[in-house]
Amino acid sequence: MKKWLSVILASVMAVSFTACGNSSTATNGAANGDASAAVSAAASSDTGTASMKTESGKTITVGFSQVGAESDWRTANTTSMKDTFSTANGFNLVFDDAQQKQENQITAIRNFIQQEVDYIVLAPVTETGWDTVLKEAKDANIPVIIVDRMVKVSDESLFTAWVGSNFKLEGQKAAAWLKNFADAKGLKGSDLHIVDIQGTIGASAQIGRTEGLEEAAKEYGWDLLAKESGEFTQAKGQEVMESFIKQYPNLNVVYCENDNEAFGAIDALTAAGKTVGPDIKNGQIMVLSFDSTKAGLTDTLKGKITLNTECNPLHGPRVKKIIDTLESGGTVDKKAYVDEEMFSADTTVTQVSVGGENFNVTKLTQEVLDKRAY
Amino acid sequence: MNAKTKFDWGKLVHWRFFMPIVCLFLVLLVNVIQTPDFFVISINNGVLYGYLIDIINRASELVILAVGMTLVTAASGGQDISVGAVMAVAAGICCQILSGGAVSTNTLMAPMAIAILAALAASVLCGAFNGFLVSVLGIQPMVATLILFTAGRGIAQLVTKGQITYVRVDSYRVMGGYIGACPVPTPVFFAIGVVLVVNLVLNKTALGLYIESVGVNGSASRLVGLNSTHIKFLTYVIMGLLSGVAGIVASSRIYSADANNIGLNLEMDAILAVALGGNNLGGGRFNLMGSVIGAYTIQALTTTLYAMKVSADQLPVYKAIVVIIIVVIQSPVFQKKFRSMRHGKAVTVNAG
Repeated sequence: MKKWLSVILASVMAVSFTACGNSSTATNGAANGDASAAVSAAASSDTGTASMKTESGKTITVGFSQVGAESDWRTANTTSMKDTFSTANGFNLVFDDAQQKQENQITAIRNFIQQEVDYIVLAPVTETGWDTVLKEAKDANIPVIIVDRMVKVSDESLFTAWVGSNFKLEGQKAAAWLKNFADAKGLKGSDLHIVDIQGTIGASAQIGRTEGLEEAAKEYGWDLLAKESGEFTQAKGQEVMESFIKQYPNLNVVYCENDNEAFGAIDALTAAGKTVGPDIKNGQIMVLSFDSTKAGLTDTLKGKITLNTECNPLHGPRVKKIIDTLESGGTVDKKAYVDEEMFSADTTVTQVSVGGENFNVTKLTQEVLDKRAY
Repeated sequence: MNAKTKFDWGKLVHWRFFMPIVCLFLVLLVNVIQTPDFFVISINNGVLYGYLIDIINRASELVILAVGMTLVTAASGGQDISVGAVMAVAAGICCQILSGGAVSTNTLMAPMAIAILAALAASVLCGAFNGFLVSVLGIQPMVATLILFTAGRGIAQLVTKGQITYVRVDSYRVMGGYIGACPVPTPVFFAIGVVLVVNLVLNKTALGLYIESVGVNGSASRLVGLNSTHIKFLTYVIMGLLSGVAGIVASSRIYSADANNIGLNLEMDAILAVALGGNNLGGGRFNLMGSVIGAYTIQALTTTLYAMKVSADQLPVYKAIVVIIIVVIQSPVFQKKFRSMRHGKAVTVNAG
């Protein structure tokens, strides 16, 4: 009796699975037909794509799995996505906050697949462990666009495109600035005693920014005293800095891998009676930071953070461009970098060069700060 | 003479704080060799300064949680794993009221007392919810508190609208910083205050005895006229209140409410502190000061690993190894072996 029951249940399940598969291919077919019709229209006017889609009545459903809201940067990233993929632009955004947990993101992606969204956008919390779930998305024929951090997968075809920052370049830019700054002030490489408050270990931003610093330290003979993770949070950054101050009384440069860590580090330094600023010859401690959030730039303007290298969170438009291209049947580059700037209130260095390419250092003014959206 | 020292030693071994203190000293001992200036305390910039101060300061939230966790464990024979999330809820509510709903504020939008009271009321409510599930409905504590463990941070996100709410006002930073010219960090006072008050309540009233008897045998306690439901419920309410206090202190340290990170994984540390304190996680007799020592041991371990320049990616491994050693040393089997070893020695000495 039980055997029979299980056979019946199994066959019911099998039928329902095929049903799911069928319906998803059906929607894909429809999407393709729609897209081919859209190509000619898209060719005539590039800017009109979004409005055209609303006219045709087809809304594109995008599932977005966000890491969380751990920093102002992340919040700006979320806002950019929400603004870009708005109903007015012809999109239906399904947003999921993973609260820093990979298992939540995997669940979210599986939900997106079940809901048969048209595109999945993933801001991964870590680089590894995505093979299985991305394979599921690929089997369901849903293009996956990775934003911000990169994923490490055995098969590159598991995701369609990646949009984000060149973290290694950010690190190199900051290091190049420090080199130029030291030269301009007549400081030798061995005069720079640097501590690195790293991000969450294993995150692309941490890996790239740490590498940029380490390579430069080796090349220019900087005294890289220590590196410890501040997990991209203010509380941890403060705790790690408290410990650094006691271990290395001679430190004069703090390399924070995001703004929140820099806030914590500055608090710890101030509490210990140190002054932060660019004048390291006279005992000031220089803080370098990344991200350039509004709060971070406010501290840059006050001179607390000497250099703030931008990590542009406004990924929305870039992702939309990719989706538009895919909708019109085009092919997209596997990697798309967003443009990023450098901000400093100190004007000693105005330009840095990395790998033959020049980058300007923007002098931060109240005006620049006011224009900042996040 | 020899016999006398033997006697004292044996008494010391059986002293209930012996093992927790030995573990704390083991952790600190490493520093004597590795970082000789670990124990130096000086006055810097008008405040106490040194690694030991860092440990005592940073462990405050954990101490507060460990006190509550001990009571919950003793009475219900289970743990409250929602404490970290409840901390985030309290911090979120406090900061959100102070900022008047804005993401960042430079002036207080509401009196601080109201914000703190509201935050504490919310955390008491969370504790009461847990307590209701455990004591009245008889749900396993870990399952019951799993609800707020998962939902708590969601609630905190909802309260803060998914943002980190900053309260950039000096008076809000007092609870996680310093009171005026006082050289001792304020969180230390919170920790000491909580330990003192709870100890006083347990010793001056029969509550401590009630909690123990309910934990040892709930049915028997009921038969002698103790309302075990009420007592279990009460321990969860106390836990909620203490989580709220810890949440406000943690939030004041960074003058913001970071719903994702405040108290993250702290519930596990609090449970570990209770275990390190020599308490039976199955409930019954408890050792409050043991848990407090356990909490300081955990923070001492973190600070020690920083001071020893262990790189960040290896940190969890070292932590795990030390925790395994400490737990093994404290395990009943090991202690039995240890004691019989001592007895064996004593016998041979006598025979000789």
